[in-house]
Order: sequence, then C-alpha cells, then structure tokens
Amino acid sequence: MSEKELGKKWDRCLADCAVKVGAGLGLGVVFSVVFFKRHTWPISFGLGTGLGMAYSNCQNDLRSHYLLHRSMKVGWTKQQ
Amino acid sequence: SPCYVSLALYKCLYGRAHPTNLQHHRHYTSGESSGAAKVVAVGLVTLGSSIGGTVLYAKWDPKFRTAVEKNIPYSDWLLGMALGPNPYSPVTAHKKQVSKFITPKYPTTPPDVNMGLESSAEASHIISAISEVPSVPAPHDTEAAVLTEECKECHHHEGPLKERPAEEVTARLAQQEQEDQDILASVSASLEESLASSAKTTLQAIGAQEAALQAIGSHTHKLKEAMEAEVPPDQKSAQWRDLETALAERRSTVNDAGAALLKARDALDSLRSVIDKAKESKVAAVQPLVLAAEENLHSMVVDLDQAVTKVQSAESEAKIVSQYTELVNEAKRQFQKELSSLTPEIQANWKGLTGKLSADDLNALIAHAHRRIDQLNRELAEQRVREQVHIEAALEQQKLEDQKALDKAVHTATQHSKEEARLEQERKLSELREVMEAEMRTQLRRQAAAHTDHLRDILKVQEQELRSEAEQVLNSKMLEQETHYRQLTQEQLDNFTLDMNAAYARLKGMEEAIDSHVIAEEEARKAHQLWLSVEALSYTLKTAGSDLPTKPLESAVQAIQDSCCNNEFALALASALPEESLRRGVYSEASLRSRFNSLRSMVRRVALIDESHNSLYQYFLSYLQAALLFEEKQAMPPTQLTNEDLDPFKLLSYASYCLEHEDLELAAKFVNQLRGEARRVVQDWLTEARLTLETRQVVTLLSAYANAVGLGTTQAP
Repeated sequence: MSEKELGKKWDRCLADCAVKVGAGLGLGVVFSVVFFKRHTWPISFGLGTGLGMAYSNCQNDLRSHYLLHRSMKVGWTKQQ
Repeated sequence: SPCYVSLALYKCLYGRAHPTNLQHHRHYTSGESSGAAKVVAVGLVTLGSSIGGTVLYAKWDPKFRTAVEKNIPYSDWLLGMALGPNPYSPVTAHKKQVSKFITPKYPTTPPDVNMGLESSAEASHIISAISEVPSVPAPHDTEAAVLTEECKECHHHEGPLKERPAEEVTARLAQQEQEDQDILASVSASLEESLASSAKTTLQAIGAQEAALQAIGSHTHKLKEAMEAEVPPDQKSAQWRDLETALAERRSTVNDAGAALLKARDALDSLRSVIDKAKESKVAAVQPLVLAAEENLHSMVVDLDQAVTKVQSAESEAKIVSQYTELVNEAKRQFQKELSSLTPEIQANWKGLTGKLSADDLNALIAHAHRRIDQLNRELAEQRVREQVHIEAALEQQKLEDQKALDKAVHTATQHSKEEARLEQERKLSELREVMEAEMRTQLRRQAAAHTDHLRDILKVQEQELRSEAEQVLNSKMLEQETHYRQLTQEQLDNFTLDMNAAYARLKGMEEAIDSHVIAEEEARKAHQLWLSVEALSYTLKTAGSDLPTKPLESAVQAIQDSCCNNEFALALASALPEESLRRGVYSEASLRSRFNSLRSMVRRVALIDESHNSLYQYFLSYLQAALLFEEKQAMPPTQLTNEDLDPFKLLSYASYCLEHEDLELAAKFVNQLRGEARRVVQDWLTEARLTLETRQVVTLLSAYANAVGLGTTQAP
C-alpha cells in the first residue's frame, strides 16, 4: 500500500533520530567527560550532530524517490 | 507605491519645465501652422513644376508625348490644349503614309505613255483580284488623256476593289481589242490616203520643179548662146525667137512649179495634221504606222526643199545671165542710138553697108568711133580707178547675199536634221515600247500561270478539307447509331438479367430463411448459455467483502470462455480482463470508498510536497497547512476544470463527492490529477480503483452484449 509508506518512513525516521540523538548524546557525554573536562559543549555538540544526522537521514529518506542516483543518466527511463 | 513615487518624481522633474514646454508648444503650434502652409506651398510648387516639365519635354520629344497620352487618361486633352495636336500620333502617321502612297502615282505623264496603260490597267485589276495587296489601280479610262479626269477616276477606285468576274474581264478585253482594231483600221486608212495624196502631189511638185529647172537651164543656156555666139542675122532672129519661146516656157514651168509646190505643201500639211491626230489616239499598233508616215513626210519635205533650192539656184544664175544680157542689150541699144543719131539715114545693120557709105560718113563714123574710143578709154580709166571700190562693194554685197543664202541653207539643214533626229528618237521609242510590251506580256503570262497554280493548290486543299469533314460527320452519325443499338440491346439484356436475378434471389432468400431459422435457434441457445455465464461472472463481482477483494474471477471467466468458444467478441472481452482481477479479484466500491476516506488525511498532509519541495521543512509546512486549512468535505465538481480546481484539497472534495454519489470513475479521474507526493500516496488506491473499473466495464460490456445477443435471438411471437 502506497499510503503506508509514508508512515513507515516516519517510523524509520523517528527510530533513526532516537538512535542518532542517543548516540550523539552518549558520545558527547563521553567526550565531555574524557577529553573536554566536563564542558557542556561536547554534549550539545554531540546532540546537535546526532540531531543533524538524524534530520539529514530523514530528509534523504523522504526525498529518496525524487533523487536520481549518480549512476543514472539523465534522459533515460529508470527500469523498475 | 512605486508608481506613486515615479509620478511624484515626474511631477517634480517636469513641473518646472512645464511653462517652457508650453512655450515650446505654443511656438511649435504657431510654427506648426506656418509649417503646414509651407508644406502645402512646397507641394503645390512641386506639382506645378512636374506638370510644366512634363509638358515641355512632351513638346520636345513626341514619343514621350505619345507614351504619356497612352498611359495617363486626360493628358492628351491637356497636351493638345497646350501644344496643339500631336504630329506623330499613330493615326495621323498612317493617314500620311496612305496619302503618300496615293499621290505620286499620278504625275504629269505625256500622252504617249498612256497608250500602254489601258492593258496594264486590266492586268492590275486581275492582280488585285488575286492577292490581298490593296494595289492602287492605274487609270482604266480609255478616253482622252486628261490627267485630272484620270485622277478623279482613280480616287473613285481608292476603296477596296472587288474582283470582276472573269467573263466580264474577257468581254471587256475583247471589246477593248475590237475598239483598238477599229481605230487602228480607220487611222491606217486615213494615213494611207493622205500619204498617197501627198506623195502624188509632192512627186508632181518635184516633177514640176525639175521641169522648171530644166526650162530655166535651157533658157539660160540659150540666152548665153544668144549673147556670145556670132551667128548670121536670120539665125539670130530664129535664135531670138527660140529664146522667146524658151523664156515663155520657163515662165510657164516656173508658175506650174510654184502652183505644184503650193499644192504639195498643202497636201503635206494635211498629212501632218492627220499624223498628229493619229498620234493622239492611244492604240499602240497605230504608232509604227504613224512613224512610217512621218518618215515619208520628212523625206518628201526634204526632196521638195532640195528641188526648190535647186530651182532657186538656177533662177539666181538665170538672173545673173539675164542681167548680163540686159546690160549687153542696153549697150547695143545705146550704140545703135548713137549710130542712128550720127547717120540717120543708114540703117541699123551696118555690116552690110560697105559700099553705100560716103567718105564723110566714114570720116564721121571714124571720128565718132575715135571719140567713142576716147570716151571708153576715159571710162575705162575711171573704171579702173573705181575698180577697187566697186569690187569691194560688190564683194560686200556678195558676202551678204552669200551669208543670207548660207543662213537659209543652214536653217533648212538644221530643220531637216532636227526632223531626222526626232524621227530617229520616235523610232527608237517605238522599238523600246514594243520590247517593254513583250516583256510585260511575258510577266503577265507568268502571273496568270502562278495564279492558276495557286488556285489549283487551294482547290486541292479545300477538297481535302471537305472530304475529311464529310467523313467525320459520317463517322459520328454511324457511331451514334451503333451506340444507340448497343444501348437498346444492353437494356434488354439488363432487364432480363434483373428478372432472373430477382427470381434467383427470392429462391435464395427462401432457402436462407429456412437455414437462418436453424441458425437462429442455435444462436439462441448459445446466447442463453452466454448470458448465464455472464450472470455468473457478475454475481462473483458482488462477493466482495468490506475490505476483502472478491473471489478470483478466473473460474467464471473460464466458464464464459467455454460457453462461447466461437464468439470472438465475448472471447476478446473475456481476455481483456486484467490479470489481477483474475488471480486476486477486485475490491468493491464500498471498500475503496472507505479506503479513500482514510487516504484523504494522508494526502492533505503531503499536499505541498513534490519534486522540488521535499525537504523536512516543507514537510513541516505541509503538515501545518493540513492542520490549518479547512475545505468542504464534499464539493460538487464543475463541468469544466480550471487551473484553480487542480488544488489537492479541492480535488479531494470533488473526488469524495463523486464517491458518495457512486461515481468511481470520476473520482478516479479527480484523484488522477494529484501530483507530487500526494500522487505517490494515492498510487495504490488509484491502481485498485482502475482495476475495479476495468473489470466492471468489461463485465458490463459482456452482460450488455449477452443481453443484446439474447434479445437478438429472441423471436417475436
């Protein structure tokens, strides 16, 4: 069902976001603790990075239908 | 707001310049009016100068003038008013040419030339009758050669000549010849008569002159003899008597000669007049006669003149001799007188007086003789002295007389030579004329021959043409008849064939009717079967659950295919069912409707997303729009879609309206208009809807077909 795809995509997106943000947060904490003397900025950095990556992935996922792969030549029909 | 700004700017800029602009305008308007007048003036001047230039050039170059007159309608009136009529217009030029051709044909020809023109006139008539050339005819008048009359005649004939019929021409020619012959005969007769008479008289005159000459000669000779001869007295008297008779004879002959001469001269004059009259006639054959007569006349005149001169010379000689005799007689008489005065009694004849005279008489006689001798000596001396003068005077006289005689002789000689030259010329002219006549005759003969050849050719050609025409007519008539006959036979044949065909057709019809009954029943059975199977198919369609598809239609379709194996339409339709419906079955409309309702919210949410707008932010905006925008649940779709109606929300309302009203097709159409992500979302629904629609269409067609077939095969009671 094509109408379910979007929902699937959103699910993936959220999951990915959670993962990424969590990972980012974790890494940020780690780095903050380990390397950066408990500053908050690595945490926010990690968070932001995670969020950004999640955002970007989500966007790419949502856009994926409209983007032409590099290997595709312009003007040729995409064989499905 | 930008426009207001620009307006203010404009006002600011131009507000200041406005008075100067006005000024400019005023100046311009006033200048404009003078400018308009200037333009009008310039135009008028140009027009006038062009017209003037055209007129002047037309005056100088007539060809240009004719060209202008030809091309511009009223220019010839204008140019005629300005310059006078056109001397080189084509009409007047033609007239001039024609008149030039006409006028020099009638110069002042002497009457001699006209004699040959009569026959040439006829020839020209014939020539003009043959050819198309409008030859100007020579004068055909056979009367007196008055040139003005001739010209009038010719002007009458300036119009187109009609051909005279050949008989008329020959009749005229014959008549002409007859007339000529008559004239010739009369003229020759008159000429001969006058020639004969003049010849007779001339001969007579010459004879008389000769006789006179003879008489004069004899008389002179006798006189000389009488003067010089010493003859005895009785013979002397006889001599004198002879002399007398000779003198008388001479006189008479001279008179006769004179009379004869007069008569001869008269006869010659009459001959000359006759010749002149004959010359005036135009018959050509007269001329040699005239020429001969003239020559005769000339010779007679010459002979006559010669005889007259001879007589005159003889007469002059005789005059000398007579003068001499007179002188001698005078001397003798003087001597006799003296002698008689001296010796009155002695008679004249002193020779016989030897014994009768006395000494005194002799002495007196001798003294008288001496005195006479002295006198004569004196006279002789005087004479000798005056000799020279006398001789000179005599010479002068002689010279004068000689001159006179010479002049006269020269004059007569010149007359004669002139006459001879003229005759020679006339002779040559007549010869030339004859030659020309012969030449003309040969040419005319040639012309006539050419004419006959030409006529022959034309007749041949005409014959050919007429023959071909007649053949053509014959052929066409024959063809007509043939086609008519063929038509009739064909009609007959056609009618017969028609009847036969009709009968055969009826027979065939009957057979076919029977056969068709059989077939119809068979068909009815088949149709029944088909209908049943189609009904089964449509029943399977109804077995759709709320969200489950129907049963697969395969079996029903198989049943159909079995039942109507030889019905191509049904087979085609049965095979036209989509694969999915066969395998899986189709969804019902109700399920699709419910699905659509759940789809709708999804579509609303992704309304803004398409190829170019598909970032997460756009997604956020799209979700926001979906949350904030409210549209009608169901909107009636218009009959024609505009661009505004392609908005996704509107489309959804239209589609849902259609679905509520059980119009799946229209709903699918509306949904089909969605673009972008919304389209992707509804893709599956659309496919299902298409499937259902196709299947339903095919089934409807099949059932309609089955119904139709069933109806078709049912027979009315």
